[in-house]
Amino acid sequence: MPAQFSLSGLLLDVPAEVERISDSVREILVKKLKRQGVVVALSGGIDSSTVAALCVHALGAEKVYGLQMPERHSSDNTLDLSGLVAGHFGIRTHFQDITLILETVGCYQKQEDAYRQVIPQYGPGWKAKIVLPSVLSGDTLRLFSLVAVSPEGKEIRKRLTLNAYLEIVAATNFKQRVRKMLEYYHADRLNYAVAGTPNRLEYDQGFFVKLGDGAADLKPIAHLYKTQVYQLAEYLGVPEEIRHRPPTTDTYSLPQSQEEFFFSLPYDKMDLCLYGKNHGLPDSEVAFAAGITVEQLHRVYGDIEQKRRTAAYLHAAPQLAEKIKEIVAY
Amino acid sequence: MADTEIETKGVKTKLRDFIVNNFLFGTDELHFDDDDSFLEKGIIDSTGILELIEYLEETYAMTIEDDELIPENLDSLNRVEVFVGRKMSDGKD
Repeated sequence: MPAQFSLSGLLLDVPAEVERISDSVREILVKKLKRQGVVVALSGGIDSSTVAALCVHALGAEKVYGLQMPERHSSDNTLDLSGLVAGHFGIRTHFQDITLILETVGCYQKQEDAYRQVIPQYGPGWKAKIVLPSVLSGDTLRLFSLVAVSPEGKEIRKRLTLNAYLEIVAATNFKQRVRKMLEYYHADRLNYAVAGTPNRLEYDQGFFVKLGDGAADLKPIAHLYKTQVYQLAEYLGVPEEIRHRPPTTDTYSLPQSQEEFFFSLPYDKMDLCLYGKNHGLPDSEVAFAAGITVEQLHRVYGDIEQKRRTAAYLHAAPQLAEKIKEIVAY
Repeated sequence: MADTEIETKGVKTKLRDFIVNNFLFGTDELHFDDDDSFLEKGIIDSTGILELIEYLEETYAMTIEDDELIPENLDSLNRVEVFVGRKMSDGKD
């Protein structure tokens, strides 16, 4: 059966969307947050670059402050690409390598200690990442394994124990939380707000660290599918090098795709599935458009639901035993 | 076989106690039946599944292999009971 639905279902009226988001950013700053500009952490990726470009469009370059915060495990081109964005849009930036802060809080040591719980020979010169099984290949529960590569290039893969998994996640989350601490330092001294950069896939599925990259005062592209972020990026003139860079987590010492760490499928197919699920489109059409079987689609949908359940905690504001009626959140 | 039946008889009861005490603070806030999916019912999440795996491995002195990590084996009291029974039975062969 020919597909009735494809990526074209995700096409935006881009100029209108840019103006709508820009109006929203200005209104949020003026009416709600009472701040005079925005701080954006620049990773060199498509999302933070597009948020920076949108904020420049909405507020002017002089009201946007970019932060470049690489650490030991950041990829080599992170700094070049984030610098390219800042230069292209004419925004001020501050550079701070956060490796020393992370060393001081024990991030790397704690990570490696946890790696050794499952791979005792892990040592100097080794590199690692954590990975999930593919949701397409079978009905396996999506539990993390540690992949480590020795200096000689030998790869070892071991399923993580509960303690090792929790310790690795807790230690690694220092990275996002240290960055957020610095973002708020600059936001406070400038009287600016902090712009978060999740797209819809990340926001919906909980692909963020609570009080790390999940913390922000505004999230201008959280309603946009990743495909739509690319549409805005092109319209706003985000440099081609960034628009053509494959999405990465840029978090572990071994390169890690977003699919092996979190999502079931590459972002364009994930967009189709999430869009299809959100709009109640026929399974056969969505599966055909995404290039997977209906059975695989059902597993992707199951994974989406499971992630939404897990993300509820990440989205939750502090819970009170009793509501305080005098305090009104926005 | 008769021994295995006796040993697995308490699997569901012990597991229910483990879940209620470990994840629900001993309360019955999330009532669940023997066939209810732990994940879909929100009783435990994927981290909880890791804890469940360690509980089963320790309690029944078994090793759960990667290819056994499927909802069919682990995602309800009834499924765990069947899975544990099969593993223990296999171990006796």
